[in-house]
Amino acid sequence: MDTNSFIQNIPLEYFIILSSVLFCLGVLGVLLRKNAIIILGCVELMLNSVNLLLAAFSAYKGNGDGQILVFFIMVVAAAEVAVGLAIISMMYRNTKSVDVSIFNKLRG
Amino acid sequence: MEQILFYFVSGIALASAGYFVLAKNPVYSILSLIVTFFCIAALYILMNAQFLGIVQIIVYAGAIMVLFLYILMMLNLNKGDESRKNNINKFIGMFAAGILFIGILGAYKGLSGNYVAGNDVDYGVGLTKNLGKLLFNEYVLPFEIASVLILSGIVGAVLIGKKDL
Repeated sequence: MDTNSFIQNIPLEYFIILSSVLFCLGVLGVLLRKNAIIILGCVELMLNSVNLLLAAFSAYKGNGDGQILVFFIMVVAAAEVAVGLAIISMMYRNTKSVDVSIFNKLRG
Repeated sequence: MEQILFYFVSGIALASAGYFVLAKNPVYSILSLIVTFFCIAALYILMNAQFLGIVQIIVYAGAIMVLFLYILMMLNLNKGDESRKNNINKFIGMFAAGILFIGILGAYKGLSGNYVAGNDVDYGVGLTKNLGKLLFNEYVLPFEIASVLILSGIVGAVLIGKKDL
């Protein structure tokens, strides 16, 4: 096989629109939810939408740099989730809740 | 045929991402996020980014989401634990995300809607062998620094999670 019928039939704009809708859903989740674990999951959704777009551009251009960058974004996301969940479990240990709205001591 | 496949996979991805954002039960929403990640991995495999598709399933759906489920089930939350936000805050949140979406769509003004890859595009760009050649020849420095990053993440997570220092 030397031709990919998928990337020769699907316009690139479909990936752009799908990726931007997923990103805005992630932003919506961060703004709307109060459970700290779900907020972290929405950040992961945003990162995944950007990964999808980078991989799509790399496949359509035939250049491998985009997919290398996706690999490194996955590495950073994994480390960030580990540290973020450690913070959340410490938060639960101290306050017995993962509601982010109880952390309002800095509010004037 | 490819259009039907793309619409099917991306429809499932959008529906499960929407359920993830809006569901009340946090375990259900994490499970639907796993479905979203599997759909994104399917899209990777369809565009022949084979390495990324497998790494997405192994790392994201297989490690990160399992970690989420561990923490979530350890916390023993009830379904009604998340207190209601004000209606004003919810409305402002939806409005902000909608404005962001419209702003991002405004960047697509000049698109023609039918940019497909030409015949001379290298089809093997997503294969593990070619990505490996690229990773170890041109990007070897970020590769090594990524290992140091993971080490610092491990040290940080253990340090934060310890009960008594």
